[in-house]
Amino acid sequence: MADISFLMLIFFLMVTTMDTDKGLSRRLPPMPDENAQVQDIKVNKRNLLEVRITTNDNVYAANQVTAQRITDVNELEQIVIEHLTNPAGNEKLSNKKMKDIEGFGEYAVSEGVISLQNDRGTSYNKYIEVQNVLVRAINRIRDDFSKENFGKVYLQLNEEQQEIVREAIPQNISEAEPKNVGKK
Amino acid sequence: MAKFLKKGGKDMPAINTASLPDIVFMILMFFMVSTSMRQTDKLVNVKLPEATEISKLERKDLTSYIYIGTPTLQMQAQYGTDSRIQLNDSFKTVLDIRDFIAAERENLSEVDRSFMQVSLKVDESTKMGIVTDVKQELRRCSALKIMYVARQAVASY
Repeated sequence: MADISFLMLIFFLMVTTMDTDKGLSRRLPPMPDENAQVQDIKVNKRNLLEVRITTNDNVYAANQVTAQRITDVNELEQIVIEHLTNPAGNEKLSNKKMKDIEGFGEYAVSEGVISLQNDRGTSYNKYIEVQNVLVRAINRIRDDFSKENFGKVYLQLNEEQQEIVREAIPQNISEAEPKNVGKK
Repeated sequence: MAKFLKKGGKDMPAINTASLPDIVFMILMFFMVSTSMRQTDKLVNVKLPEATEISKLERKDLTSYIYIGTPTLQMQAQYGTDSRIQLNDSFKTVLDIRDFIAAERENLSEVDRSFMQVSLKVDESTKMGIVTDVKQELRRCSALKIMYVARQAVASY
């Protein structure tokens, strides 16, 4: 009997999870000093990809090359990847700057920034969906970079290699200051 | 004769305790199965949105939770069906977040304070307005590390 009890005890120990939460981690920008004049950080126009979600959950993406309504969020992934990697060296897509990465060497790091704007009426579901696509696009680029240089996908790299990849392909998603658009 | 006398001794025979561990184990089992680990009562309905690119929460002990959603059925008579913020065990407004964060921060050791994280458990049908307000308030309290809690979705591509 005691053996059976032990078996059951161990079974339940294995089966129960402690409910660790999973989600999308973000770092909010610090609040600007209230006395200080609001200053827009000068981002070169070509580096900026604006993604806007309207009250009706329509998604628009705009950079120097395109300005379009996105009907399927998965399309957004391609736009983001093209904007950040800029494989053709397009003058109107994001700029690349040589940077010395410790333990790796020189690499042309993209200066592209994705600016995500939403409206007060946007549904949270859509917002997370778009956030997710943006992260997925960046993860794709990171995976490609990892495979090319280390022969493995990003998640299978060791800590130092991941650090290198993170530095080579930064996750520049900025959440713009909220604007009261659809509100009286 | 002496033989018979001994047999009819006065002291009771000891209770057999061989099955006691089994009983204890059974009780242990019962409590393990029936208890849940939740610390706070849910006052709002939260159906988390789905996402694929999610990462695990690193330090659970450094995390504070903010729930946003429509009040549960029992609470709707009192609080209506509009999205509300729940901190700890009660409904709060955006303005209370400052105190909440300060209190949570106070609970952490000094070393850990800068690693504090806020988990936002927001219902998927919530409008972004209230979420934006909360985010702005968090920025004001300089609790900058946040996490949008989501469910694991099956990759669709």
